[in-house]
Amino acid sequence: MIAELGHYALVLALSVALVQATVPLYGAWRGMAGWVGLARPAAIVQCLLVMIAFGALTYAYVTSDFSVLNVASNSHSAKPMLYKISGVWGNHEGSLLLWLLILVLFGGAVALFGGNLPAPFRARVLAVQAMIAVGFTSFVLFTSNPFVRLLPAPMDGRGLNPLLQDPGLAFHPPFLYLGYVGFSMAFSFAVAALIEGRVDAAWARWVRPWTLAAWCFLTMGIGLGSWWAYYELGWGGWWFWDPVENASFMPWLAGTALLHSAIVVEKRDSLKNWTVLLAILTFSLSLLGTFLVRSGVLTSVHAFATDPARGVFILAFLIAVIAGSLTLYAIRAPAMKGGGLFAPVSREGGLVLNNLLLSTACATVLLGTLYPLFLDAVTGEKITVGPPFFNMTFGPLMVPVFLAMAVGPMLPWKRGDLLGAVQRLKFAVSAAVIGVLITLVLAYDGPWLAIPGIGLGVWMIAASLEEGAYRLRLFRAPIGESLRRLGRSTRSAWGTTFAHAGAGMVIIGIVASSAWQVEKLQVMHPGESQAVGPYQFKFEGAVPLDGPNYAAVRGTFRVSRDGREVAVMQPESRSYQNPPMETTEAAIRTGWGGDLYAVVGDPTGDGAWSTRFYNKPMIHWIWIGSLMMVLGGLISLTDRRFRVGAPARPGGAARAAGAAASMAGK
Amino acid sequence: MLMALLRRLVFAFCLASLITPAWAVAVDTPLADPVLEARARAIHKQLRCLVCQNQSIEDSNAGLARDLRILVRDRIAAGDSDKAAIGYIVERYGDWVLLQPPMKGRTVLLWLGPLLFLLLAMGLIFLWYRRRSGSTAAAVAAAPLSADEQARLKALLDDREQT
Amino acid sequence: MSEPISEPSSESRPRSVWLRFMPLVVALVIGGFLLVGLGLRPKEIPSVMIGKAVPVFDLPALPGRPKGLKTADLKGQVSLVNVFASWCVSCRAEHPLFMKLKGEGIVPVHGLNYKDEGPAAIEWLRRYGDPYDRVGADLKGRVGIDWGVYGVPETFLINTEGRIVCKHIGPVMEADLRDKLLPAIKALRQGDTAQC
Repeated sequence: MIAELGHYALVLALSVALVQATVPLYGAWRGMAGWVGLARPAAIVQCLLVMIAFGALTYAYVTSDFSVLNVASNSHSAKPMLYKISGVWGNHEGSLLLWLLILVLFGGAVALFGGNLPAPFRARVLAVQAMIAVGFTSFVLFTSNPFVRLLPAPMDGRGLNPLLQDPGLAFHPPFLYLGYVGFSMAFSFAVAALIEGRVDAAWARWVRPWTLAAWCFLTMGIGLGSWWAYYELGWGGWWFWDPVENASFMPWLAGTALLHSAIVVEKRDSLKNWTVLLAILTFSLSLLGTFLVRSGVLTSVHAFATDPARGVFILAFLIAVIAGSLTLYAIRAPAMKGGGLFAPVSREGGLVLNNLLLSTACATVLLGTLYPLFLDAVTGEKITVGPPFFNMTFGPLMVPVFLAMAVGPMLPWKRGDLLGAVQRLKFAVSAAVIGVLITLVLAYDGPWLAIPGIGLGVWMIAASLEEGAYRLRLFRAPIGESLRRLGRSTRSAWGTTFAHAGAGMVIIGIVASSAWQVEKLQVMHPGESQAVGPYQFKFEGAVPLDGPNYAAVRGTFRVSRDGREVAVMQPESRSYQNPPMETTEAAIRTGWGGDLYAVVGDPTGDGAWSTRFYNKPMIHWIWIGSLMMVLGGLISLTDRRFRVGAPARPGGAARAAGAAASMAGK
Repeated sequence: MLMALLRRLVFAFCLASLITPAWAVAVDTPLADPVLEARARAIHKQLRCLVCQNQSIEDSNAGLARDLRILVRDRIAAGDSDKAAIGYIVERYGDWVLLQPPMKGRTVLLWLGPLLFLLLAMGLIFLWYRRRSGSTAAAVAAAPLSADEQARLKALLDDREQT
Repeated sequence: MSEPISEPSSESRPRSVWLRFMPLVVALVIGGFLLVGLGLRPKEIPSVMIGKAVPVFDLPALPGRPKGLKTADLKGQVSLVNVFASWCVSCRAEHPLFMKLKGEGIVPVHGLNYKDEGPAAIEWLRRYGDPYDRVGADLKGRVGIDWGVYGVPETFLINTEGRIVCKHIGPVMEADLRDKLLPAIKALRQGDTAQC
């Protein structure tokens, strides 16, 4: 009954979306206030209906209603409650419903909180948002209905994969989708602006918080995913340049570029065309990711399990959305004249460089991801584009990004002095030099590329801090003056400081953990010891163990350094029954200097066990840095300009004068 | 990641009949000589597992991946150079197993692509700057700012920049 | 503060017209490839062994069964080599077809018993029937690697010179046999070249 209710709500949501996608658009065109006014209630109703549908599916999971095929295939009555709930989105149909839910939540949020948007513009935004919803609701209803019944109902479900029964993974998809789908807001704003034929600073102010929020979620989602891969898969790796990882990384790169170019639109009324294009492309890449993951074009799951109808459906939708918006772009873009001029060396110039490099990097990832497909389609030849390609091409592109990232915020708008900016970063320059020297002393035998890598990370962190200090005139003015400046400085500038310093930490984490990782693989008898860097791992033995829904073998290692015990590590190797699968539970001990990582493998038959150890210096900086980036985004989101909302578009002169006056007044 | 995993799982189940899937991490017996073992491991990391998605044979516990790891160790122990050991596998399974695609006629676009993108983007931006600076000159010539205006402008901009 | 300098709007720039359509064109090209991609099978890795002579190998027979399999056995006549194992579920799906081939005497089928245990393989053949002429037991899977085997079942078509003509990945179904293998076998017997 509940499942039918959910199904029915979804059908209703589709019809509401159809109305919302057309009527307000026509109303805005014809200037009919009543029709325009329909957008808001429609968005809210649509949101409620999808919430009902999602709630119905969740209810079926929570109550283990195995007469619903989706529940029977993906859940089990013996599962802990958390994983019953996360099981809702642990499968194709349910995850699509989550995708849709987030989409309409964003639409509902615009309807509720978008009071500062002019009504016709808001109506257009919501109509575009509804067009996307029409596509996805039909996709769910016609190809991937999660409410299909299974009669007679089986006694119990087939279970959720044990690898997915993990808190990190339970929350990874919602964050990822919040990011993916959040970029739909930027897309809808861009398309609405194209329809209106106008992009201005107010537009950028409306778009930026949505994009920033989506970016924070996506950063969090990617971070969680890589962290989960690191501790759960047991290979000690955290990023594999897998097509599906790339599918989430490309929108991130484009979205990062978008965040920065929108600043130029907001502050300087320039780069409008490009920013609108970037907003379209960012969401297009999110859709492409959804397609790549679900259609099977990049692996042969397609040949076995995926329903080709699904792939065709998403592709048709993808092409309709992207081609439609890009055609509109091609027609309307010239109407949007750029405003403020600037020299290549300036704050804007720095942001242009950022966009240049991030877009190139994004295109590179796209090329590497799709090249096997291109080649297969053209010549029938099959090749693999693996991590070495991405490391060799993507890596070098990031070096100038990081160099420029530190200098950019020091440059004034319009025209800057590069030498002067670098001179003002003398603390950062010396910190980077000292960082390199210390690294040289500690790691005199290389690898040589890692040493400037560390220098780069130190440079970014130090420069971000120095830029913050510069903004406060710290140590250059009386402390009272600095405090006063702290009080009135904008939060978005501090967001930049945090996010950039976070990126510096990520670099240091990546460089240090890959350059100075120690990896040991051996067969050990109980009582034997193995040296891993400065640590000694002593194997105490392995014992069988029964878990709630698995059987395991647990190994015990006593880890000591300089004769003193620092940890007892107990990795497990588990075998689950429903469904049958073996997993590795690596034991990880995180210390200040990095992680120790232990895995116990198979018995060799003569009482010995195969074991694997890693010492990964500073690897946790990757995730701490990612969190810092998210934190930076959140700080920026609380910026007064976004909270209060931009005033309804005044004319250029009045607006700027007002802004200047309000700033002077602060 | 999640979908990567789901796909791997679906695939693993589908292949269950073909090759026994396994998710536990492979830890097998290393070569006695640490130098040879290190070489073998480095080769493992360059070869793609045939039955899994995008993993190296180092990272996979599929039966075939393990066989190939042992095979590589045997080749190295038998005195093969790294190149010969990799060649041995490529001879049987093709370029597909190489995680780093070799530079050939058909991969030229792949390897040069990033550089072409960079040059294209730089070219477009260069043209854009040049066109705009042309119009700047025209605009400035048409309406130069007075010294007073310049000063006010600067004050405004500075204030803006710091808040 | 109004923008002190604004771009003259009168300037028309015809050269940027094509530029505006670039994103659309690129997107459509990629979309086209994706459409083609939906019909491809990225997981089927084409064998590099095609056209090459079969690898040099000499495998013992299964315990209690005569006739092992070695390189020389594959010369002189057109034959199929089927990679199978008792633990392989989808091998059972194609098995009746091989029984039929044997029953009707269409083409000799040899077995490459891949990473199996001898008694289990013998029991399996006893239960489902034994369609094979010769069967080589590849206990460690090394010969399988020499053949470029990456999944079981796989089936190779060998010509009279002992060269590999084609390779079928996965279970052989009626349609595969009818449309691919049998026409190729016929062509090879008539002395023509064949591919499938």
